[in-house]
Amino acid sequence: MQESDGKRMQWVDHMVRIRDDRDQAAFAALFAHFAPRVKGFLMKSGADASLAEECAQEVMATCWHKAHMFDPARASVATWIFTIARNRKIDVLRKQRRPEPEDLGWGPEEEPDQADVMALQQESEQLGQAIAELPEAQRELIQKAYFGDLSHSEIAAQTGLPLGTIKSRIRLALERLRHAMK
Amino acid sequence: MEQKITHHLTDEILMGYAAGTLPEAFNLMVATHVSLCDECRARVESYDAVGGAVLEQAPGNNVSLTPGSFEATMALIAGGAPDEIRTQHPKDMVLPKPLQDYVGGGIDSIKWRAIGMGVKQAILPTSKDASARLLYIPAGAAMPDHGHHGIEMTMVLQGAFQDEDDYFARGDVEVADSDMHHTPVADIHEDCICLAVTDAPLRFQGLLPKIAQRFARI
Repeated sequence: MQESDGKRMQWVDHMVRIRDDRDQAAFAALFAHFAPRVKGFLMKSGADASLAEECAQEVMATCWHKAHMFDPARASVATWIFTIARNRKIDVLRKQRRPEPEDLGWGPEEEPDQADVMALQQESEQLGQAIAELPEAQRELIQKAYFGDLSHSEIAAQTGLPLGTIKSRIRLALERLRHAMK
Repeated sequence: MEQKITHHLTDEILMGYAAGTLPEAFNLMVATHVSLCDECRARVESYDAVGGAVLEQAPGNNVSLTPGSFEATMALIAGGAPDEIRTQHPKDMVLPKPLQDYVGGGIDSIKWRAIGMGVKQAILPTSKDASARLLYIPAGAAMPDHGHHGIEMTMVLQGAFQDEDDYFARGDVEVADSDMHHTPVADIHEDCICLAVTDAPLRFQGLLPKIAQRFARI
């Protein structure tokens, strides 16, 4: 196992400890890594430093409160935190409601299969690496799209985004979830 | 599961939804479609994963937190989770959950307004940068011919419609841009209900629809 794979699984493990044991040490580690990134993301998205700080704290508090909603067979911890930060951005910066799709259930009903979790986490890592290795200009375009510096017509089709495997993996997790609910 | 959906949302729209940069009306379209379409749900979640990678790679080391940030967060946590007001509407056969939230209930709660030739609409409350409305088109009836002036997306919720090129059933979305000029017709078997969103006012051709447009805010 590569060191980075281990890292991603380590964040998953932290989330489990936060969820099951309300483990403050695990939360402190998560906070130290992600809170500055969330703040940076919000500042790039147009928030001033004090608003970004306030929102970053709220986002991290939400991670604690909603730890039971995190499904490691469908998202990496970074992805999950990104979605919370994004929703906060829409709420606070854009002052809009964000309609969410119908839930497929109440989060993960039981412990997801460990092999599925490993595979999804690994593919998230590979996606991250692939994005890091894109030509500078293209990577910047993707970042701008997520920071809201581009209108949706400017984003156009982001070719070169290697979404294939992760998409199939998520699709598989969704099918299992639907199956489990029957 | 539902019958197979064959007309999906575009990557740029799904990516915009994941990035959180779309107007509210477009977000409503994506949330509604994704409620019925596992394919697009998986695509949205993979664009979420791109967002996760962007967040992970964003330089966190040159952004410093306010001193006492962690303690302040722990105090927030100690204050308890904020109340989430989530209205639970009973399952509706036509309207997926995200639409029910905007209508304030199921299909019987829609406040239709006639806009002529049997067609009815209900405008949904979204932010002004784009508009969302439900359309009711009697079986076999044509929508007034209209050109587009931006992006328009139309998703079938009940019945079906066809235009010159294609057939759209429940869950299918037609994505049209300003180049398109078409005349959708509702399928003869059932009245058609659609969700339509656009980031520009539609322009109907012909005198009567033009007058109606002034009153109907199409």
